[in-house]
Amino acid sequence: MAKLSTAGGPPASHAIEHLADVVNADQPLVHRGRFIDLQWLWQIGEVPYFISIRRGMILELVRGPVLMRSHEFAIRGAQENWERFWAPMPRPGFHDLFAMTKSGRASIDGNLQPLMANLRYFKEVLAAPRKLAEDGHHG
Amino acid sequence: MVELEPIVGRYMTLQIGGRSCRIYFEEAGSGIPLLCLHTAGADGRQFRRLMLDPAITDRYRVIAFDLPWHGKSLPWEGYEVEDYALTTDFYTAAIMGVANALELDRPVVMGCSMGGRIVLHLAHAHADDLRAVIGLEAADHQQPWYDTEWLNRPDVHGGEVCAAMISGLVAPQSPDRYRWETLWGYLSSGPGVFRGDLHFYRADSDFRDRVHLIDTTRCPVFLLTGEYDFSCTPKDTLRTAKDIPGVEAEIMEELGHFPMSENPEKFREYILPVLDRVARLK
Repeated sequence: MAKLSTAGGPPASHAIEHLADVVNADQPLVHRGRFIDLQWLWQIGEVPYFISIRRGMILELVRGPVLMRSHEFAIRGAQENWERFWAPMPRPGFHDLFAMTKSGRASIDGNLQPLMANLRYFKEVLAAPRKLAEDGHHG
Repeated sequence: MVELEPIVGRYMTLQIGGRSCRIYFEEAGSGIPLLCLHTAGADGRQFRRLMLDPAITDRYRVIAFDLPWHGKSLPWEGYEVEDYALTTDFYTAAIMGVANALELDRPVVMGCSMGGRIVLHLAHAHADDLRAVIGLEAADHQQPWYDTEWLNRPDVHGGEVCAAMISGLVAPQSPDRYRWETLWGYLSSGPGVFRGDLHFYRADSDFRDRVHLIDTTRCPVFLLTGEYDFSCTPKDTLRTAKDIPGVEAEIMEELGHFPMSENPEKFREYILPVLDRVARLK
């Protein structure tokens, strides 16, 4: 069982460390993302992570900052907010990307078309660390 | 022989807002008419579990119709050159048209989301025609949380994006079976229909200036909102309730924006006491 943060979900460092494993092992998720080939940025607190997706799999995840690195779109939020978001049973307001953007706990910028065209895929990638808390994955 | 469900569906053609509209409706049960209004971009299937609950159908004739463009109610003739946009006038005419066509005697009208918004209007404009209204996920106004242009454009699949936008409005506790049944309504919706409904919701139904005119001694108002609803938030509902003397409002735990379809068992805990109260009204 993964250690949980006081916010309820796995600590951000643990979530990011195992993100690629969890996503790439999820066959229906990878299949859903089979047309995706891009790099996006997930900012967790002060740390930007550049995540390369190729055919629905996470090919590379680079901890930033990295000078001059481009990305299609970015999703940003405070570390504690993501750790609340990853709780197995998140509290109201922390349970969905748009619940968090509406309240200002997260934000989205950049070219949103690939995000919106694959919205279920990316929402499931964002929520993937919940599995670390649920089933002790890589715990 | 297989056991048939008690729900029966039929069609009728009504003139609504100068249009000839072939309306599909389903019903089950007998007693006090309970007319149910689906959410934006969805259809009357959201109320099926209520229609299968004898605790409700023993006392209520539960009726749910699909607005034109939704479910089995086709768009009207000429839709192919129109941009669909629902208005308060058309919505009101559709609801009262169905109630009159079926000769419902002072029905209870229960609507969810945009259906919850319009019942606030009905409680004022048609107070004497209704026994009561029940607003699920209802408020006189709420803050938009995305650009509806994303819901209907050629480079984004409309059904997929509608479902993915609203998926987080289902509470995390809701069983997957019901979650995905609820989302199917959005996945399978017609192009631009959800966006067109949101025209009513966002541009033509700011009722903040008139909910205080509702007289709950003429038309009682009950409001139920799920704690996980971040579209119509509990705060929105409670703020609305403050302006309606005599209203009864309750926040539902472990429920989101689609209580009747996302978790019918949990919703029973909240709706049955309300229906008990309504059944005792004169």
